[in-house]
Amino acid sequence: MMNSSCNVSSSSKPPHVLAVDDSIVDRKLVETLLKNFSCKVTTAENAMRALEVLGLVDEQQKSLDSTDSKVNLVITDYCMPGMTGYELLKKIKESSVMKEVPVVVMSSENIPTRINECLQEGAKMFVLKPLKPSDVKKLTGHLMIEESQ
Amino acid sequence: MEVGQMQRRLMEYTKSLFMEGVLDNQFIQLQQLADESNPDFVVEVVSLFFEDSERLLNDLTRALDQPNIDFKMVDAHVHQLKGSSSSIGAQRVKNACIAFRNFCEEQNIEACFRCLQQVKQEYYLVKNKLETLFKMEQQIVAAGGSIPMMELSF
Repeated sequence: MMNSSCNVSSSSKPPHVLAVDDSIVDRKLVETLLKNFSCKVTTAENAMRALEVLGLVDEQQKSLDSTDSKVNLVITDYCMPGMTGYELLKKIKESSVMKEVPVVVMSSENIPTRINECLQEGAKMFVLKPLKPSDVKKLTGHLMIEESQ
Repeated sequence: MEVGQMQRRLMEYTKSLFMEGVLDNQFIQLQQLADESNPDFVVEVVSLFFEDSERLLNDLTRALDQPNIDFKMVDAHVHQLKGSSSSIGAQRVKNACIAFRNFCEEQNIEACFRCLQQVKQEYYLVKNKLETLFKMEQQIVAAGGSIPMMELSF
């Protein structure tokens, strides 16, 4: 992959990434990095809000109208107050509807046990903050190819 | 002052901030993220950093002012400030936060107070420097010039 466009099939819709981080600065940064790689971005400031966006709160099935784009990838910070990124990862992987969505975990701290536990729980990637364009390029390779409706 | 002179002044000023360790390479990463569709990106994200940091510094001052200091909470605030300062390249603020966290772990009250002062000092320094830098950029653009790209070749 020599160019910066996202790895999607024939779909003309830009990939939809959900970025979860309690830091407003980091949300802005991740959002801009992803947009520079032609992704549509939704941000959430905590895990609960992320679950709402994914339609996973109390088994609620979000009634998506046909023009709403499903989330193709979730990128989440590890350290968040309340539910951590790791707990969010688990909730996504436990859900029958969302378990196939790739999840990337990011952290400012390089802790091997933390990295391993996330990968074991099904995270596609673990990235150290601050994120670089090369990290975003790598993670767009994990995007879920959107099925044509 | 003509545009070429202003641009040289800006380059010298920016270079000095890197030499003094006030900013690190992450700031250059930020500048590289700005483009025609997003020209004010650096100012926007730095403004968010200023607002967020001032809130955190207030929270920290309050937290250390309690009769029974909750070191876990203090550490949580410092961790946040460390993260955001690292994200925009405010190296000295980040380093001051790292030292602060060590003393939180030790629950060393005296040292924590000193660290808070240090963090505040570094924060106001980088704020002042960045505001100056942005003003210089504005003057160049107002005079019809473009902002030269920074290269870390020193």
